[in-house]
Amino acid sequence: MAKVKTKKMVKTIPEWCKACGICVAFCPVKILKLENDKIVVTDQEKCTNCMLCEMRCPDYAIYLEEQE
Amino acid sequence: MSQGSQLIQDNFRDNRLPHIWCPGCGHGIITRAIAQAIDNLNLDKDKVCVVSGIGCSSRATGYLNFNTLHTTHGRALAFATGIKLARPELKVIVITGDGDATAIGGNHLIHSARRNIDITTVLFNNKIYGMTGGQSSPATPYHEKGTTSPYGTIDPDFDICKLAIGAGATYVARSTAYHVPQLTKHIQKAIAHKGFSLVEAISGCPTYYGRKNKKGDAVDLMHFYKDYALDVKMAEKVDPEKREGKFLIGEFANEERAEYVDEYMKIVERLRQEGSQDE
Ligand SMILES: Cc1ncc(C[n+]2csc(CCOP(=O)(O)OP(=O)(O)O)c2C)c(N)n1
Ligand code: SF4
Ligand code: SF4
Ligand code: SF4
Ligand SMILES: [Mg+2]
Repeated sequence: MAKVKTKKMVKTIPEWCKACGICVAFCPVKILKLENDKIVVTDQEKCTNCMLCEMRCPDYAIYLEEQE
Repeated sequence: MSQGSQLIQDNFRDNRLPHIWCPGCGHGIITRAIAQAIDNLNLDKDKVCVVSGIGCSSRATGYLNFNTLHTTHGRALAFATGIKLARPELKVIVITGDGDATAIGGNHLIHSARRNIDITTVLFNNKIYGMTGGQSSPATPYHEKGTTSPYGTIDPDFDICKLAIGAGATYVARSTAYHVPQLTKHIQKAIAHKGFSLVEAISGCPTYYGRKNKKGDAVDLMHFYKDYALDVKMAEKVDPEKREGKFLIGEFANEERAEYVDEYMKIVERLRQEGSQDE
């Protein structure tokens, strides 16, 4: 059976990111990292759409968005 | 151009973002949870009024896109009481800090609870006066440090939830900036509850509380809440040694009691009728 594709994409707003590291530390599949103090998604494919990054980002700089 | 998730665009003054709070400050997480709770309840935005006092926490009203009132230190509940009595149809939500609500505003807190007025208070407890540079508050844990207690405070801290229950609040819960789904659920229930509700939201202040107490950065504080919070329902089941050093989260009170505005309106109605009989 084909792998169920995740429905939402992880979006970032680097200008709002303050590099606190919270989303990076608690992403269950470890696909977030900081590069030059800004948030970067390393592997969209692995995202489980758990929403934890969006819920815990103090700066609203990372969130999930439905794909067209 | 509008930026951010749909939730942010719908409920925040996104032209005011990014906000002023420090990197990793828990206040941003809790503010988003409040917006999520309001959104989940599908409330008419014009019927929501958010009132705050003074402090880093109280700045949240500047970012939330509802009717908002940023008042004076400790007095948010007094302003909120006036609003609720004048416009009982509004959902009145107070955002306050541990200093704002339990030091200078302590009397307003206990008497609002005693009256059981239909106001929801979300108390951002970072266990310190963040805005003014890290003085200890009535919620600074016993023997922990602030600029006013460099050797550790000898003032025992309040258990804010017990204080609220003792004073008469009818919905009381505690959660943390780590436990966002639970926190959101408690805020949602508190807003839906009729009577005085208080949600204590433990917030991380890495800049002062974290630094003064050598508790590390924002991530370390989140780890602390993850590892040391114990759900009140679990607490009854686990061995006493597993409760050592832990703090309780969850729902502590949820009951019904006569509500203040209702009682006030009953008197107004009675006097009106007596007045019309006299004519
Ligand atoms: C009448 C008055 N007294 C003192 C102050 C100074 N002051 C501003 S914020 C604050 C403490 C805020 O602490 P808290 O409510 O815990 O909010 P936090 O900044 O920690 O979120 C104090 C003492 C003031 N603004 N007004
Ligand atoms: S939604 Fe979950 S899995 Fe996806 S990036 Fe965010 S935290 Fe990681
Ligand atoms: S939680 Fe938000 S502010 Fe912190 S590192 Fe992640 S995206 Fe940046
Ligand atoms: S001083 Fe503390 S409470 Fe205030 S914004 Fe900074 S981290 Fe948050
Ligand atoms: Mg505080």
